[in-house]
Amino acid sequence: MADLSLNLAGIKSPNPYWLASAPPTNSGYQVQRAFEAGWGGAVWKTLGEPILNVSSRFAAVGFNGKQVAGFNNIELITDRPLEVNLKEIYETKKRFPDHAIIASLMVEPTQEKWHEIVKRVEDVGVDGLELNFGCPHGMAERGMGAASGQVPELVEKQTMWAKEVAQTPVIVKLTPNITDITFTAEAAVNGGADAVSMINTINSLAGVDIDSWDTIPNVAGKGAHGGYCGPAVKPIALNMVAECARHPKINVPISGMGGVSSWREAVEFMLMGATGVQVCTAAMHHGFSIIDDMVEGLDNYLDEKGIDSVMDLVGKSVEKYSDWGNLDLNHQVVAQINNDVCINCNKCHIACEDTSHQCIDMLKDANGNDILKVREEDCVGCNLCSIVCPVDGAIDMVEYANGKPPMTWNERQAAIGAASSCDVNLIK
Amino acid sequence: MTQLKSKGISLENLKVNFEEVHDGLNAQEAMEESNRCLYCYDAPCIQACPTGIDIPKFIKKIASGNLKGSATTIMSSNPVGATCARVCPTEELCEGACVLNHSTEPILIGDLQRFATDWAIKNEQLLFKPGKKNGKKVAVVGGGPAGLSAARELARFGYDVTIFEAEAEAGGLDTYGIVSFRLPQDISRWEVDQVEKLDVEIRTNTRVGTDVSFEELTNNYDSIVLTIGMGNVPMLGIEGEDLDGVHDAIEFVKSTKSGPITDELLGKNVVVVGAGNTAIDAATCAARKGADDVKIVYRRTRNEMTAYEFEYDFAKQDDVEFNWLTQPIEIIGNESGKVTHLKCVKMALGEPDGDGRRRPSPVENSEFVMEVDAVIKAIGQSRYTDLIEGFGLDHEGGVVTVDPETLQTSNPKVFSAGDVIFAKGQGEAMVVTAAQQGKEAAMAIHKQLAPEPTNAYKSFNKEEHTWLT
Ligand SMILES: Cc1cc2nc3c(=O)[nH]c(=O)nc-3n(C[C@H](O)[C@H](O)[C@H](O)COP(=O)(O)OP(=O)(O)OC[C@H]3O[C@@H](n4cnc5c(N)ncnc54)[C@H](O)[C@@H]3O)c2cc1C
Ligand SMILES: Cc1cc2nc3c(=O)[nH]c(=O)nc-3n(C[C@H](O)[C@H](O)[C@H](O)COP(=O)(O)O)c2cc1C
Ligand code: SF4
Ligand code: SF4
Ligand code: SF4
Repeated sequence: MADLSLNLAGIKSPNPYWLASAPPTNSGYQVQRAFEAGWGGAVWKTLGEPILNVSSRFAAVGFNGKQVAGFNNIELITDRPLEVNLKEIYETKKRFPDHAIIASLMVEPTQEKWHEIVKRVEDVGVDGLELNFGCPHGMAERGMGAASGQVPELVEKQTMWAKEVAQTPVIVKLTPNITDITFTAEAAVNGGADAVSMINTINSLAGVDIDSWDTIPNVAGKGAHGGYCGPAVKPIALNMVAECARHPKINVPISGMGGVSSWREAVEFMLMGATGVQVCTAAMHHGFSIIDDMVEGLDNYLDEKGIDSVMDLVGKSVEKYSDWGNLDLNHQVVAQINNDVCINCNKCHIACEDTSHQCIDMLKDANGNDILKVREEDCVGCNLCSIVCPVDGAIDMVEYANGKPPMTWNERQAAIGAASSCDVNLIK
Repeated sequence: MTQLKSKGISLENLKVNFEEVHDGLNAQEAMEESNRCLYCYDAPCIQACPTGIDIPKFIKKIASGNLKGSATTIMSSNPVGATCARVCPTEELCEGACVLNHSTEPILIGDLQRFATDWAIKNEQLLFKPGKKNGKKVAVVGGGPAGLSAARELARFGYDVTIFEAEAEAGGLDTYGIVSFRLPQDISRWEVDQVEKLDVEIRTNTRVGTDVSFEELTNNYDSIVLTIGMGNVPMLGIEGEDLDGVHDAIEFVKSTKSGPITDELLGKNVVVVGAGNTAIDAATCAARKGADDVKIVYRRTRNEMTAYEFEYDFAKQDDVEFNWLTQPIEIIGNESGKVTHLKCVKMALGEPDGDGRRRPSPVENSEFVMEVDAVIKAIGQSRYTDLIEGFGLDHEGGVVTVDPETLQTSNPKVFSAGDVIFAKGQGEAMVVTAAQQGKEAAMAIHKQLAPEPTNAYKSFNKEEHTWLT
């Protein structure tokens, strides 16, 4: 049994799984149920001036018959009075002293408002604060959430105001609705943030009903953009975590989230630099009991790898993540088809023929059976055929020894003496 | 369960006929099927599993690739979960209750259970640890599924457990009785091994009542679990039963599980008497030993037969012929004492009898004779009545009397589970119920011997927003 306990900027929890600030952490009843079920921490549903919500708030995007590939919402921050939330935070913390409770906060961008709310929530014994600079809808129209989270100066200033009075660690939650998240992450660090968390939801419209022509979701026939999350956003979130993790000036821990549905994504986020993960959509889809497998699966994984502590995973893959210009141009992989496993759907052939490099031939073997063969000398190793292949193990991508020494774009440019200003990063 | 599909019978190599017929799911099938499950809350499939396996939980763990966790979830509720994955009549249990029966197709719960437990077997996983020793000793008499299940639970509670097993190996009918093409012996052996590794001592070749007296056990142990199952097939009570070529179905199946597969039935005519699962297993075994013609004779009709539908379908695929309303009345042999003919009489169904099934009675002047080389008797299993009386336990026709809640017998120190408490007229006995009863007996013993409360039970009172303990 590995040590699963987490320490993020001094905030401790028995395991690296926190519920993200969202409907699952709306009340003491829910958070206590979650802790009973085994969650390590909870970021309380964002506190602030209570708001009004609309009815019909969520929509999901399915994919090929699978429900909830992505999840979209137009819900705002908490709609419950601050006093009620504070009382329940206090009671929950008393009952679960070893679990992490983090208060998510969002107020108008003034020093007084930040000072006031930080003091009030710290009075009830939270373990840390998460400043919500991420909510992409509603609150942003009022100058809060993503609206302030998209302006590095505002991020820095508000972080500073919170830090002026905060006794507990301050996490800054960033919006992905920005071209380069490292700008706002750096601003948070400059403002004194103890950690950053990402990602909040991505601007989205889940769909349009093609019969009624109404948006999905709609409120009395009208829609507004929402925030997207769930399995579909994982690659976007993972990249943002990784970009921050490898950024030299962003030297604070990262709490990762966006599409974590099982222990596997948790491992991926942690390897890419996250100190623990937060979860919302997966819990909303299946209930709190999913934590059982998340904890046990992670524990079994660590045991299998011979790793003593989950903290040892943090950042292990970061150094493998670099710029395109540092990739070896002479490295080559090619597709190989195992005809004894292949079921002859010919999807690889048509994918390669129509949309890649025309190098999978449909042939007959000596007995007249259909076989497929890759002309390895023409294969560029794009992976497309293995991506569309429906059968496990029918296509292997194998290394092709071309005898050429490693050479990156940056090395090549340096070698041919091209102007150093032509770094490929600028044109990616 | 996926319908069992016979792969046909080889007459050249009889041995292959006894290899497991169902291949199980491959990794991709398991991934697709496990992702199809809805992971219902308060799922009806859990209610329908006699051992209460948390089915959505173990299926979710397959989907996430946590196979060790999945196998642990299964085996913690059911100590013979690998066997049950293969032999449970799932369409009458978990799969029959799956909510997807109302919309698409039920989840292949048995096959997924097999996928996870097969992984644990292949990867030589040890899933449980013995509890801290509490100094108390329990004897388990009979190492079949009921006994193993009780022993496993008691060992986890911290008891010093000894299993007394009459046969050379434990596992009961899982090891010796259920045909190997549905349940290979290795599966049962792995389950025995999982129990043994919890420091449970298994004394094989030790028959209680013969090799060890019952008094010795009552004197030396704090508690006793009696899980001896049932005995061999009873006598038909007709002439010719001792002829050469007349077999007991249980012994017959056992011979195909332990020894090499012999060819004495190759090309022969075989008649099996009875229509329960044992009869079907004996008939398919005979067919797989190369018999040319295998007939089942049964004095009632298909409606009254107790064999499961999937067993019946499987026998049909092996070309077993069913002769309903046919009662054997005499087995005829030649001068050297070898079976040559079976004399039968046709039957008709009358009024329902005690167990609700219509009583058959002979049709006048309908006797006929068939040519046979072997007769296999499969009309149920006898009871260890003498032994049970010797132990001084109350019983009803050899079925040990127990308190339905605690499974305690008339001797407060003795608890009983499995086939030995299986009363007549409830259809077929099942491995999964034997396993559940073993758990229940262990829990009752634990309550009796270690009265301090175990896990404090907590629940949340939603109205008052307080926690109850
Ligand atoms: C041919 C056949 C096919 C079956 N198929 C299925 C099926 O497909 N699915 C299903 O769910 N169930 C099936 N069953 C039923 C199932 O096998 C039983 O319900 C189950 O094995 C009962 O478990 P048990 O532990 O009570 O008894 P058993 O499995 O009979 O085990 C009893 C054990 O006690 C030992 N023993 C007996 N007397 C003594 C003694 N005096 N001292 C020490 N040890 C003793 C025996 O050697 C044996 O190991 C089948 C049964 C048969 C006979
Ligand atoms: C319905 C809903 C409401 C949310 N409300 C908040 C909120 O109040 N404050 C906040 O910081 N994030 C909020 N989020 C964003 C989540 O905390 C989280 O960042 C996002 O859902 C990504 O994680 P996931 O993919 O696991 O869902 C909300 C998300 C959803 C789906
Ligand atoms: S989940 Fe269904 S029942 Fe519950 S609040 Fe939402 S719409 Fe209403
Ligand atoms: S896509 Fe896969 S299965 Fe289909 S033809 Fe190609 S190799 Fe065979
Ligand atoms: S009832 Fe069916 S779908 Fe629901 S949890 Fe059980 S197996 Fe899965």
